[in-house]
Amino acid sequence: MSVAIDTGLGLTVRGLTTLFNTPRGMALAVADVDLDVAPGEMVGLVGESGSGKSVTLRSIMGLIQTPGHVTGRVEWGGRDLVAMPAEELRRIRGSEIAMIFQEPMTALNPVLPVGLQLEENLVAHMRLNARERRARALELMNTVGIPAAERRLNEYPHQFSGGMRQRAMIAIALACSPKLLLADEPTTALDVTIQDQILKLLLDLRDRLAMSVVLVTHDLGVIAGTCDRMAVMYAGRIVEMGTVIDVFRQPRHPYTRGLLGSVPRAGAVRTMLSSIEGTPPSLTDLPAGCAFHPRCSFATDICRQERPPLLSLGNERKAACFHHDRVAAAEAIL
Amino acid sequence: MNAVPIISVDGVSKQFGASSSFMRRLAGEPRLAVHALNNVSFEVHRGETLGIVGESGCGKSTLARCLVRLLDPDDGAIRFEGRDIATLRSVERRAFNKRVQMIFQDPYGSLNPRMTVSQVLNEALSVHRMRPKGDIPARITELLDLVRLPHDAASRYPHEFSGGQRQRIGIARALAVEPDVIVADELVSALDVSVQAQVINLLLRLQEELHLTLIFVAHDLRLVRHISHRVAVMYLGQMMEIGPSESLFASPRHPYSKALLDAAPELDPTQRSRVVAARGELPSPLDVPPGCPFASRCPHVFDRCRVERPALTKRASEHSAACHLVDFGAMPSALADAV
Ligand SMILES: Nc1ncnc2c1ncn2[C@@H]1O[C@H](COP(=O)(O)OP(=O)(O)OP(=O)(O)O)[C@@H](O)[C@H]1O
Ligand SMILES: Nc1ncnc2c1ncn2[C@@H]1O[C@H](COP(=O)(O)OP(=O)(O)OP(=O)(O)O)[C@@H](O)[C@H]1O
Ligand code: SF4
Ligand code: SF4
Ligand SMILES: [Mg+2]
Ligand SMILES: [Mg+2]
Repeated sequence: MSVAIDTGLGLTVRGLTTLFNTPRGMALAVADVDLDVAPGEMVGLVGESGSGKSVTLRSIMGLIQTPGHVTGRVEWGGRDLVAMPAEELRRIRGSEIAMIFQEPMTALNPVLPVGLQLEENLVAHMRLNARERRARALELMNTVGIPAAERRLNEYPHQFSGGMRQRAMIAIALACSPKLLLADEPTTALDVTIQDQILKLLLDLRDRLAMSVVLVTHDLGVIAGTCDRMAVMYAGRIVEMGTVIDVFRQPRHPYTRGLLGSVPRAGAVRTMLSSIEGTPPSLTDLPAGCAFHPRCSFATDICRQERPPLLSLGNERKAACFHHDRVAAAEAIL
Repeated sequence: MNAVPIISVDGVSKQFGASSSFMRRLAGEPRLAVHALNNVSFEVHRGETLGIVGESGCGKSTLARCLVRLLDPDDGAIRFEGRDIATLRSVERRAFNKRVQMIFQDPYGSLNPRMTVSQVLNEALSVHRMRPKGDIPARITELLDLVRLPHDAASRYPHEFSGGQRQRIGIARALAVEPDVIVADELVSALDVSVQAQVINLLLRLQEELHLTLIFVAHDLRLVRHISHRVAVMYLGQMMEIGPSESLFASPRHPYSKALLDAAPELDPTQRSRVVAARGELPSPLDVPPGCPFASRCPHVFDRCRVERPALTKRASEHSAACHLVDFGAMPSALADAV
């Protein structure tokens, strides 16, 4: 979205690469990722476990520690977060940019009441007096739908149910009305009815605050129900990108196609699912050429030798596959 | 179906004691108990797949563990081919243990890390004396083929496999003793979507080939709909609705089933809704309300719901629901029939 870049609003990620030095060798967890998120836009990030979704978000937030190493650019409001001094970055984190972590229990402080954790974030980033802070904390708890907020503020994380912890995390993330929210599987541990409540809350906030959201999930149904655009990751790289409607209607990467086919749908009860055979590769020992080739039914010789570049196919669509035309032309999944 | 059910569950209840606070005990209040299962009844037919769904903590795993007699119900009875499993002794108990197998939720925790796949299968085969010693290696190869694992898998340890492959080892172990019934608790929840599909396909194929009866416990509605002939919906330890998969998903007869279906994300990005399917959270299982357990969240609640617990009653052939609104979700034609 060029508009976003011109006005310095929105997020622009270019060539984001994150390496981990592991005992088994260098692991390329995120490789050359480009990603744009316009104000008020919700972009979904899907992919298998270990494909680099969380590391991508943490790299954007500047939360990668040694043995990890991040290169590339993360432009936010005309500044590059990767090159920014730690002190300045800390000021942006939690105010302009907030993150919801995959594991709420590890992100919340177990020995501090939830209300205090909310207020801490407000102290750090907003000029409010004690009474205003308390009022704001209450307001946030209400916004995320935590009942009996007054009493709940004094409770500790372990006294909350899983769904309420997740909502408390969201409340803390939203404390300073961020302009960008990075949400890592915000609903994965939750029951469907609670997941539904939280996703709809995020959509409302997105509308009200014109907040940009990057939503990581492994549930394609969540993407279908909430996001504007989506990116599909495989072995650290974005392999397909486009509007959610386009990608669901006609995937152009065999992995995306496989993912869509793996999900059971109505009207096909007790039929075989079109599974992707094989398993994801090890990051320290990636196959040559296209990392997906050992599992790909469209693969030819070139796929085993060269890595397909992520090509623009027009209309915000990109795919990294030598045979994206064949994939697009293949029989519809259903 | 008129044949004798292979399994029948009759009024089963199970409670777990919760640690009560010192203050509560001082005040002389009764010990808290979690009502994990509350008067649950249903039948399982031979050769079918029965899906059991419901939100976290509603008692699915407790029920599964009662079915294979890892837990004994406090009340009620579970019958296998007409015999109360609580009364089975020695030889019969061993036979039951062989014929009803459970596959566990956690592919990482349920295999001994120090045993190779061949040792795991060998153990299962020897315990139940399934084959003469000399035939065991051939049977192991056969089992690995059955679950589509490479033959060299036999000499490898669990950590050398991916999650999906480990889950297949668990399936092979359960199949080794040639059971009639498999109880699968969240069999694929820990797996990636693409790998889930492999395991589901395997299960569908094995069921056809081996005429297995399958009880498939999961919280993923799409999966349950896909694999099950019939589906049972649980809430707070109680059975809310049970019926044929297609009719239950097409027109649920209980408001909770409907909320669950509405909340499950659809795969069609053109069909979006901004309406929240169900408000509020599950009440605490320590404090189950006296009337309908869903009353605190039900959009159709009325006075009677708060005082009288609705019984599971018949709505159509093979289809029952526990709601005071007996016409809920009824098709207009069915309504007309009823009048
Ligand atoms: N601190 C670390 N040191 C070494 N490797 C790491 C570290 N953090 C992550 N990785 C590796 O980076 C890869 C990507 O991990 P990441 O957490 O981003 O996956 P993910 O896509 O979020 O998966 P999931 O869906 O399971 O959450 C994985 O292979 C992981 O093992
Ligand atoms: N051994 C136990 N001791 C005490 N309480 C227990 C025990 N096992 C289960 N419970 C409680 O019984 C209730 C039902 O638990 P169960 O594990 O059957 O739920 P479930 O439907 O399988 O949930 P999930 O989807 O999270 O696996 C829960 O409230 C749980 O906390
Ligand atoms: S480039 Fe080749 S191997 Fe890779 S996804 Fe496309 S067809 Fe498959
Ligand atoms: S009995 Fe009442 S509260 Fe319970 S589901 Fe039916 S209408 Fe709702
Ligand atoms: Mg992750
Ligand atoms: Mg369970």
